[in-house]
Amino acid sequence: MVQNHRILKESPSQTAGPYVHIGCTPNAAGIGKPWAEDLGATMITGAAEGSRIRIVGNVIDGTDGIVRDAMVEIFQADAQGRLKSADEAADPHFTGWGRCACDLKTGVYSFDTVKPGRLPWVDGKLQAPHVTVWVVARGINIGLHTRLYFPDEEAANAEDPVLKRIEHAHRIPTLIARAEGEGTYRFDIRLQGGDETVFFDM
Amino acid sequence: MTTKPPGYKTRDRQWHPPGLTPAYKTSVTRSPTRALISMPTSAGEEAGPVFGHDILGPMDNDLILNWAAPGEMAMGPRILVRGRVTDDNGRGVGNTLIEVWQANAGGRYRHANEGYRAPLDPNFGGYGRVMTDAEGYYEFRTVQPGPYPWPNGMMDWRPSHIHFSLFGHSFAQRLITQMYFEGDPLIWMCPIVGGIDDAEAIKSLVAALDMAETLPMDARVYRFDIVLRGRRQTFFENRWEGL
Ligand SMILES: [Fe+3]
Repeated sequence: MVQNHRILKESPSQTAGPYVHIGCTPNAAGIGKPWAEDLGATMITGAAEGSRIRIVGNVIDGTDGIVRDAMVEIFQADAQGRLKSADEAADPHFTGWGRCACDLKTGVYSFDTVKPGRLPWVDGKLQAPHVTVWVVARGINIGLHTRLYFPDEEAANAEDPVLKRIEHAHRIPTLIARAEGEGTYRFDIRLQGGDETVFFDM
Repeated sequence: MTTKPPGYKTRDRQWHPPGLTPAYKTSVTRSPTRALISMPTSAGEEAGPVFGHDILGPMDNDLILNWAAPGEMAMGPRILVRGRVTDDNGRGVGNTLIEVWQANAGGRYRHANEGYRAPLDPNFGGYGRVMTDAEGYYEFRTVQPGPYPWPNGMMDWRPSHIHFSLFGHSFAQRLITQMYFEGDPLIWMCPIVGGIDDAEAIKSLVAALDMAETLPMDARVYRFDIVLRGRRQTFFENRWEGL
């Protein structure tokens, strides 16, 4: 035996299950009673700085089927690259965090947000503008982390330290949203298959 | 020595269930087939959403009352769930939001996709939320949820459980898990629980009955502590407080 360094183990993840909406988006699920608005439903709470964008997408399973019972959360910097909870100067009219249950009929999720500014990487150099994305659903045992990057940031994307970690460069486009005009970006998340979205262990 | 802790410790993926657990059939088409890309946490993962205690209503941590008609109560075995949220260094995670959802005492969820024949309880919604105090402690009141059948294997029943969503202090700590109840034989038959390989990891999700704390003629107490990921620490920070 050796000394016990008394580090605890993280509680193991369990699937969010098919009824995640009850606890996380009860209003969207049509059962809300005590709460006025679902948490994360509104990211822009006032005159937020920066350009308004809309992110939309589907979560797609390994049979090309649309996952209708997933829940997607995003976390991102404000337009100036400042983060809630880390930077007191962060935009007071922007929460940085959004949550959306996929539509139970169409499977579409969407967020009205602002285009994020650039954040530093661990070495202090700047990352490309990106949105951190987290997906949970029935059948997903542990939440999946990915990132949304922007198609109109080619130079920044080319030098982004996270994108550069992806050895199989042909997979990088799975992280780049598609511009659909008028500030809308489509970001489909493919759980499996040849164009499976890159997911991160971070 | 550096003064800034270099990020969060990497998740132990052997301790968590893997993505693909074929006995839980839905995982077969919803689990990534490629290796996850490893990266250190950086600024964007080491911050997280901020919630104030002001988002909480007075009934949010009382599932027996928060959906009930005035003067009514939810039906079922009354329990208090109490515990502490810490990081893996043993430090309390204070002022963090916990969201919970569950079936009613008969095992039925209030949800459009629910297919179990058990009836709804008109006085039970099945959702609540609570913020930990400064030291990471939390408590909520509810009824013990019933087990329920689910469409997986023909004879699969979920053990009684409460779903937990936790934020911690950063997006790196984000976690959804489930709390099970001491002594439930269904725990060890469940394909979702069984996705976890290590029996010790499973036991860490089983709440202990605490009869000493039981409220006479009111509610039993279950204790459920939760551990979130912790930061790597510089050596001089390495105090083992609370352990
Ligand atoms: Fe459940």
